[in-house]
Amino acid sequence: MTLNLSCREASRLLSQAMDRDLKLTERVALRLHMAICIACTRFSAQMQFLRRAMNRYPGPEEPECK
Amino acid sequence: MPTADTAPSALDLERHRPHLMKFARLQLRDESAAEDAVQETLLAALQGRERFAGQSSVRTWLIGILKHKIIDHIRRRSREQLLEPLADELDPDGPRAYFQEDGHFLEPPQQWQDPDQALQQHRFFEALERCLEALPKNSARVFTMREVMGMETGEICKEVGITPTNCWVLLHRARVSLRACLEKNWFSGGAPTIG
Repeated sequence: MTLNLSCREASRLLSQAMDRDLKLTERVALRLHMAICIACTRFSAQMQFLRRAMNRYPGPEEPECK
Repeated sequence: MPTADTAPSALDLERHRPHLMKFARLQLRDESAAEDAVQETLLAALQGRERFAGQSSVRTWLIGILKHKIIDHIRRRSREQLLEPLADELDPDGPRAYFQEDGHFLEPPQQWQDPDQALQQHRFFEALERCLEALPKNSARVFTMREVMGMETGEICKEVGITPTNCWVLLHRARVSLRACLEKNWFSGGAPTIG
């Protein structure tokens, strides 16, 4: 695996990191990319948020109309 | 031990039935299996209502039980049938529509203001549900098995009869699509703050 990831490849690894343990080379490549990429840093945080949201799905009850 | 007055009555439980049905339908995509799972859930809740701790809402407690019943149903099926042909959803380069040729984001992710505050809002989950409904069917199915039911990818692959690689492709696609959909429909400045 190349150390020079595109955002598309980085997003793929960030997604897979939520489902499996990444290999060392994948982790290193991802870390290098994240150090210089604000878009993927946000993407990563938003993936964690998405997991929290799905974990709470379907969320709070509809406010009752009186 | 919870006191008797935290235990929900049969009526308290029953009023959640429509909501539980909606949840079960979405996960099982089979009306009679959904009815069975909800019936088993309400029965188990009624029998175990003294164990309701009162720390979460009754609905959250019921959904927790329902998730287990749904997973039981999925496991009992000989093999889940994927609903649609997979080919369209299995581009190994991932969801192309969201990236440029060179792999850059077409629309780079923006900063989301205080996203966790959205988790308190009913309307946020309605928006999330609309985004889920807009996903390609197989991606949506595998994604909800993973993220709502909390199943491991190994088990999901086995149940739906696809390889782990394909499973990861579908999950990646679902996540990229949902992220973009939420950004567009909730986090792009116009997000309502009253839920």
